[in-house]
Amino acid sequence: MIHFVILINRQGKVRLTKWYSTYSQKERSKVLKELSGMVLSRGPKLCNFIDWKGYKIVYRRYASLYFCMCIDKEDNELEVLEIIHHFVEILDRYFGSVCELDLIFNFHKAYYILDEVLIAGELQEPSKKTIARLIAAQDSLVETAKEQAGSISNIISQATK
Amino acid sequence: MASPPPLPSSTSVLSSASSLADSLFQRSLDDLIKSLRSDPSSEPSIIARSLSEIRREIRSSDPLTKSIALQKLTYLSSLHFHSMSFAAFHTLELLPSPSPQTKRLAYLAASLSFHPSTTELLPLATHQLHKDLTSLSTSSSSSFPFLPSLPLHLLSLASSADLSSHLAPDLVPLLSRSSPLQPKAVAATYRVLSLCPSTVPVLFKPLVDCLSSDNPLTVSAAVGAFCELSAPPNDPAPYLPLAPEIYRVLVNSRSNWTLIKALKIFSRLVPLEPRLGTRIVEPLSKFLRESQAKSLVLECIKTVVSCLPTHTEAMRLAIDKIKELLSSDDDPNLRYLGLQTLGMLAPGHLWALEESREVVAQSLTDPDRSICHEALRVMMAMTLQENSIESCTLLVRQAAKSDPEFANEILDSVLTSCSKDFYELVVDFDWYVSLLGEMARIVHCTKGDEISRQLVDIGLRVRDARPELVRVARELLIDPSLLGNHFLYNVLSAAAWISGEYVEFSKDPMELVEALLQPRTSLLPTSARAVYIQSVLKVLTFSCNSHIDESSSLVNDTVIARMLSLIEMTVGPLAESEEAEVEDRVRNLLGVVRLVANIKDLSVDKDKDGMIYEVVRVMDALFSDEMGPVSANAQKKVSVPEDLDLKDNLADLSEFISDNDAAMSRSNPSILFYPQSCNASEEVEVGPTSVAESTSLKEHRKRHGLYYLSTDKETTEPELTEDYPRVNETLPPSNGDTTRRVKVTKLRPTVVKLDEGEDLATSSSLSTKVEAMKDDPLSGAIKDVLLGKNGNGASSSFDASSSSQGKGKDKVKGKEIKSKKGEEGESKDRHKGRRKHKHRKEPAPPVSVAQETPVIQDFLL
Repeated sequence: MIHFVILINRQGKVRLTKWYSTYSQKERSKVLKELSGMVLSRGPKLCNFIDWKGYKIVYRRYASLYFCMCIDKEDNELEVLEIIHHFVEILDRYFGSVCELDLIFNFHKAYYILDEVLIAGELQEPSKKTIARLIAAQDSLVETAKEQAGSISNIISQATK
Repeated sequence: MASPPPLPSSTSVLSSASSLADSLFQRSLDDLIKSLRSDPSSEPSIIARSLSEIRREIRSSDPLTKSIALQKLTYLSSLHFHSMSFAAFHTLELLPSPSPQTKRLAYLAASLSFHPSTTELLPLATHQLHKDLTSLSTSSSSSFPFLPSLPLHLLSLASSADLSSHLAPDLVPLLSRSSPLQPKAVAATYRVLSLCPSTVPVLFKPLVDCLSSDNPLTVSAAVGAFCELSAPPNDPAPYLPLAPEIYRVLVNSRSNWTLIKALKIFSRLVPLEPRLGTRIVEPLSKFLRESQAKSLVLECIKTVVSCLPTHTEAMRLAIDKIKELLSSDDDPNLRYLGLQTLGMLAPGHLWALEESREVVAQSLTDPDRSICHEALRVMMAMTLQENSIESCTLLVRQAAKSDPEFANEILDSVLTSCSKDFYELVVDFDWYVSLLGEMARIVHCTKGDEISRQLVDIGLRVRDARPELVRVARELLIDPSLLGNHFLYNVLSAAAWISGEYVEFSKDPMELVEALLQPRTSLLPTSARAVYIQSVLKVLTFSCNSHIDESSSLVNDTVIARMLSLIEMTVGPLAESEEAEVEDRVRNLLGVVRLVANIKDLSVDKDKDGMIYEVVRVMDALFSDEMGPVSANAQKKVSVPEDLDLKDNLADLSEFISDNDAAMSRSNPSILFYPQSCNASEEVEVGPTSVAESTSLKEHRKRHGLYYLSTDKETTEPELTEDYPRVNETLPPSNGDTTRRVKVTKLRPTVVKLDEGEDLATSSSLSTKVEAMKDDPLSGAIKDVLLGKNGNGASSSFDASSSSQGKGKDKVKGKEIKSKKGEEGESKDRHKGRRKHKHRKEPAPPVSVAQETPVIQDFLL
């Protein structure tokens, strides 16, 4: 299973972290430091797998971001590479030519999307279209709810409670 | 893009003044991010300020303010690792909010920050989670059909055993109904199952039904769930009855993800039930031949190599594919994977490894660290007695060229594999000894300890290698540049010991003495110098003896005279040294020197000075006993005399021991003494101030004491007085009781091995692990459920192939026998040193594996 997902940029700043196993806050920052050291120092022609403390780290660089996932020793690395690519394609489709800035400002959206792709450390939905549809549906729900909340009648009813 | 949150409406006017200020002037998440980005240097202060703001805002009663504060906090916690636990209660408050936006935020915050270990408020969420999980069945939530997905995520990430058991019944309807939520429900279910085995009766059957669902996603999720549930360290045996279902999935499914997971499950089940192997060979070969997806091919290769070593055709296909992987020049990933799978072929199919030897040797020099590691592993796997010389020479040469870390890794692996089983791999000890010397000279070598240990060990055990050892030692000693390298002082002291002990093989004692006394030896630490001085004494004795006997042409008057004067000159000043070790030996040495000072006059008149003769003879006799290796269990073999009363603990002595006696109380303040009996550990009374063991370990020791390794304490003598740092030469003379088993091979020199005690370590650790494996409550529960299912037989909706019925019955019996074997097989996986820090299970009392009368569960009928 996937133990965690981390997105780091070239300067070592963290853009997204999701942990599917238990790690305390201190452990998390320690892991992050080690990981950024290891991944950022790898050259471009080297293979995408690193052995780390009995687990494997699979990473891939897209533009200025490194997408890293940590898996067990016996998991299939190529499969995880495909999962990373799948996630990136979905992000791209959702944001339209996604760039790092999109992820910075739409932090929560990125999480919602990641939750649709992976659950409990396993791939959930291999179809990009479905995920796009799901997220769009959720978004529209949120929008309508907001509109409702912002409507005059609602305000009046709140005020008179 | 996320739209900025709506401006706070006039509702906030009604709340108190402080929260009015909060909500009107609240910074949104965007503001926070922008402020952080605009000024990177003051990041800590911005964060600190925001945190204090958040703490204030989150307590407000307005849900909007709260949710924005929570949003900011989630951001900070997730990217800057601040603890979110203070907000746990407020998160819970927001969970029931009607607005989907807020709800989602709250659930996200919860799933990121809640965990049974960090917050105790988790049980408070039970009711809300229950409501949300069952909201599909109530009519009010048609506006938000995906609502249950939120609590499912939370369950899968942050659940505790209690929460799981309460909410398990709510998962059942979600599992049974075919909906987009089903895959998520499956994932949450598997987490719940592994956390709380008592939910197995409720959840297991729906989960199994998902395997045959129409929705391919559900099937995929279900297969994935079983794959995880059966993963080591869990026991895969209970899932054996599901094999036909999974086989069906394997054959029918089109999705690569599902296939990979199904293959993984099979790779765990096949060792338990070899007939499964014959069934899956066909689909596997088909995939290997036809599939375009590299990931699937990789998984097939792994499965074939690990479980089906006897099916030659499949193996051949797999090996061809591996060769293909290895030869892909442009993709380092594939080469890495090729090497990895090649390594998996190791014990059984060495011929395949041999064929790729070139590629492997080349990969050792690859700029990519990961590839080098794998190549090293494969090389070590390929090394046998016949080719050990070439392999090791190649590796050591490579180490000399590599960077420090990799060089040390290479040396480490060479040293460990060559010294395994009392140097099983080494046929030509002369070559090996010179290799050890070479290794010591490699620039970045940090393995001095191991090298020195092996040098001394070989000297003790292998008589025929001693001349070569002395030669290597001489080279090491003569070289002044090595004296400055502080990693090597162990090796040098070993070399000195060897030269002293086996000085009869050396060609030029004078040279040795000069080397041992060269001025640069002052750079050595005390322990090494002590060994040096003692060796000088031995060489001197030997020289005097051979001078008197006139047995050696090298030692004549002038030589002896020079030796004596050199010693006096260099060692004299050391007599005032502050180090007790050095001073002690120097004085001994000087004493002997003075006694034999007139030895050069002996050639004139031989019969005079009987004293000198006496001295020399006595000294020689002192050093001429041969020292052999001592078994770790030597002490145990000495039987305790009848009338000796050994107190159980010597804690009384602690009053006589002050803190300055660091030797004894170094690691353990209390003194433990294990009486000499078989069930030693059961009678142990741990001293009151023992800090070494926690209580659970003590209890475990008492129960399974037989399997524990002998601790160091068991081999020390009762008088714990002489505990200064061990110098290489103070091995106690071997006990008369130890049995020596000398292994005789044809061309190899004899290696003295002692009783089997020294190998006891490995076999006992294996058996403890097997014990631990059986105590798995989850697998026990699943076995119960499935055995109830199988014992019935009629409820099985298995594939209608003719053999499956017979297989079904056989499996029940076979499973019980084979599950034991499977556990042995699993323990080999354990040895790979895997660490899993999820789901710690407490060892329950062992579940009886062979259940003759299965309990027939009603709902399974």
